[in-house]
Amino acid sequence: MKIRSTLVGLLAATAMSVTAANAETLRILTWGSYAPDALVKKFEKKYPDIEIEVTFSNNEEMIAKLRATGGAGFDLAQPSHDRIFAAQKEYNIYKPMDLSKINTDRMTKTHLDGVKANTTIDGEVYAVPHQWGTSGLMADKSKAPDFAGWGDLCDPKYKGKTSMRLKRTILLGTAFDMGEDPFAAYADLDKYQGILDRVADKLIACKDNIKAYWKGGDDLSAMMMSGEIVASETWDSTAYKLYGENENIVFVPPRTGALAWIDTFTLPRKGKADDAAYKWINFVLEPENVKLMSASTGAIAAVEGGKDLLPADKKAAVNAAFTDADIENLKFFANIPPGVEDMEGKTLEKIKAATGSE
Amino acid sequence: MQSNSENDLECIGVKRHFGSVRAVDDVSLEIPKGSFFSILGPSGCGKTTLMRMIAGFESPDAGDIRIKGKSVIDTPPNRRNVKMVFQHLALFPMMNVYENIAYGLRCNGVSKSEIETKVRDVLERIALPDVANREITQLSGGQKQRIAIARCMVLDPDVLLLDEPLGALDLKLREAMKIELKLLQHQFDTTFVYITHDQSEALVMSDNVAIMNEGKFVQTGTPQELYHDPSAAFVAGFVGDTNRWDGKVKSVAKGVAEIETATGLTMRSSVRGERTPGVGDAVSVFVRPEFITTQKAGGAAPAIGKNKNVLEGRIDSILFNGANSRVLVRDGSEELVEADVVLTGGTADLRAQDAVRLIWSAEQTMCFAS
Amino acid sequence: MAGMVQKDIKRLSLYLLFAPFALWIALLIVLPHLGMFYISLREKVGPRVYEFGFENYTNFFLEPIYWNTLLRTGSMSLLVTALALVLGFPIAYYIAKIAGNRTRGALFLMCLIPLWVSDLIRAFGWILLLRETGVVSSSLQWAGMIDTPIEFLYNDAAVIMGLVYTVILFMIVPLVSTLDGMDKSMIEAGYNLGGNGPTVLRRIIIPYAMPGIVAGCIVVFMLTAGSYLTPILLGGKNSSWFTEQIYDQFITRYNWESGAAFGFLLLAFTSFVVWAGLKLSGQTLNSTVANN
Repeated sequence: MKIRSTLVGLLAATAMSVTAANAETLRILTWGSYAPDALVKKFEKKYPDIEIEVTFSNNEEMIAKLRATGGAGFDLAQPSHDRIFAAQKEYNIYKPMDLSKINTDRMTKTHLDGVKANTTIDGEVYAVPHQWGTSGLMADKSKAPDFAGWGDLCDPKYKGKTSMRLKRTILLGTAFDMGEDPFAAYADLDKYQGILDRVADKLIACKDNIKAYWKGGDDLSAMMMSGEIVASETWDSTAYKLYGENENIVFVPPRTGALAWIDTFTLPRKGKADDAAYKWINFVLEPENVKLMSASTGAIAAVEGGKDLLPADKKAAVNAAFTDADIENLKFFANIPPGVEDMEGKTLEKIKAATGSE
Repeated sequence: MQSNSENDLECIGVKRHFGSVRAVDDVSLEIPKGSFFSILGPSGCGKTTLMRMIAGFESPDAGDIRIKGKSVIDTPPNRRNVKMVFQHLALFPMMNVYENIAYGLRCNGVSKSEIETKVRDVLERIALPDVANREITQLSGGQKQRIAIARCMVLDPDVLLLDEPLGALDLKLREAMKIELKLLQHQFDTTFVYITHDQSEALVMSDNVAIMNEGKFVQTGTPQELYHDPSAAFVAGFVGDTNRWDGKVKSVAKGVAEIETATGLTMRSSVRGERTPGVGDAVSVFVRPEFITTQKAGGAAPAIGKNKNVLEGRIDSILFNGANSRVLVRDGSEELVEADVVLTGGTADLRAQDAVRLIWSAEQTMCFAS
Repeated sequence: MAGMVQKDIKRLSLYLLFAPFALWIALLIVLPHLGMFYISLREKVGPRVYEFGFENYTNFFLEPIYWNTLLRTGSMSLLVTALALVLGFPIAYYIAKIAGNRTRGALFLMCLIPLWVSDLIRAFGWILLLRETGVVSSSLQWAGMIDTPIEFLYNDAAVIMGLVYTVILFMIVPLVSTLDGMDKSMIEAGYNLGGNGPTVLRRIIIPYAMPGIVAGCIVVFMLTAGSYLTPILLGGKNSSWFTEQIYDQFITRYNWESGAAFGFLLLAFTSFVVWAGLKLSGQTLNSTVANN
């Protein structure tokens, strides 16, 4: 008797949780700060049937997560534009988008076309742009006024006073600095390997000059603010944040061009709430919501007049960093062909393991 | 006190206080060579603290401890030639029997071949020649006991301390070990200092016993002296079984006092102890069950001498225990008195509810001023 | 008849009791490992094309960077284990044998506190202390002991210190529980029979505590070799840790196949070290870890 009532109770509980799940849930896999609370609350108020669940991640982990489930578990993901084509080819984790359901008119045409060109497979488009930003350098102008290129990180003048992140960005930046065009070399992987080998030699020789490799925005900020380093490779948003606290610290687009990325919207292949996902995309494209979003992320929305929708301090930081010529000079990350991650990974390991000197 | 090198162990005015607790309070003792000495007292009387001071685990606040006439106050425990058998034996479980016994020899830097000889020899002497390679867990309780003693004796100590080592054994084994310990002591001819709260262990084994209470030695003497001629009420009550009454002295003459107990009985008793009580003083009266004669009441009362006590009562219950059988008699004042009886199994035996008369002499009744 | 039913019920309840454990082992340990093992035996030929083979394993042995990193991780983990033992033993001894009941609880609590904050926070704590402009460096400067700031962070010493700090509790707990079981009179007997301090420590306390020592060492070694955040955050330019290598294979390089192989190699390596340690100390798993 007791067992039966327990069973009934269990069944009832299960039934209830099933109905609860029926109220639509939108599961977003995105970057930290890309789903600010205020915006989520506002959205849920506008669409009371939809509940938002956010998981924060980064490019590599997003793809690993989707790969593990074959594209299930999330309804909307936001990888960068160069991480879609090869990942889709190799792991089949996204589904094509219906552009008619998105207010693409609001998006900057260059960004939209760029993303489309990068993510079209067999005539289907797999992503639309959301926000864009750059990777480049930052320097304390009072201590390193002439800092201008990727190669300056290895300038003995700044021995022990610079930092970088040991990831693919610094490989690409150093390649550009050496006068190569790594993105063009993606077409010929043997040639690319040659470039990588030379980049590795340069960065190994440079190890002595580096104080430490930073691992995240926090340790980079701490080193920069405390003056332990005077210049570093950086994400622009980190540099903008520091500019707010110390006007001497500015983002420096390298003379060979800052490397630009566009974070996108994509639909995971086994996502279950496409309509809700489209609603969210259109929702965050609305100008007043763009403002909220940019205030949280520090990145520029890929909408017309996106820069003007930045909060005042961030706008000042961007204006201090970029001239129109710099914007012209941006190098958008090219699609990563299959196999390149492995080549780059090996090169990074080689640099890390090389005992230049401690 | 004159130091005497014939004594294996001497304590002179030893004191040890823990805060306001006087664990050991001015204790002096002398133990002659080769004797079996027991310290008997209730738990918490300070006997363990005293032993730990002798072994060197505690330092006395005052007084001196001498082994073979030499003060060991400044000698650390591992340099004193006093070995100890611990309450739970403290055999080393990670070593086998051989290694347990060899441990002390190794510490003393004895050569390997000599260790071998000595260990074999001591195992022979405790009649366990074949257990050298056994693990400790494979030994019986009695064997462990003997190994613990052998582990000490192989070092040829001046004094062996034993801290209630029989406490953990079952009754039968305990009885057997009492005898065995005594034999071992004779065999090794070493001074044993034995600590216990069990009076039968102390009485059976010892040459001399010290009764300890509240940090002080109350009386020291042979077991017979303590039993038959206690110097204080505590000793009379603690050593052996006894009946006890509290009362007041009505008159005293020639070492015999007439006493009225709190329950209204009148009895005559020999006066013991250091202080002779005066008329009206409070006293404690003791009489041992084996000195009480039990007779069936009725019939003509036998002639009773002047120095006899008589008490009428009814048998409440019979505690049959073979030769040590005993009756509990309820007297007129509803008190229970114990008396030893002989039960033969015949029809004349005493039974419960029988009316009886208890008789005992004044000489075998002891009273102490309280 | 009733007896049979009783027996069946008894057996059923036994199965039911065992079921959660069996499920846990099967679903969360055995199955994932089988899956991992399967993945580790796949060679990538092209996009979505795989072949069966041992290439992922042979790659490890052919590339010195990989096995050097594994050896480095192993030797540093051994060093951390040794330091944790040397530092943890006196603490455990104090807690188990010297401290009173109340201090004991307080001491245990103090050892536990580091575990209440996450790995990440703990690592940041060390970073704040050790960095060039951090607490240690500036206090030394203030005290006039050094002239210019010193960087204590980003080197192997910082990694080892951070790891020891994190894992020492796992050394202390089994040690305390073993030493707790040791009768104080065992130590006194050691002295009484003529042993001095070092002899008692070497011949009695350490052999008695051996199961706890080995158990603590196993746990600490496994935790250290498998740790990720502390070595990454405190480590310097050259200090690679094998778990970082595995993470990179899985996440950065999308190379699950070789990541899985590396995972198994780490498992095999640590198992081998534990086995060798047990052999050397003459202990068994039963007498150590299972005992605690």
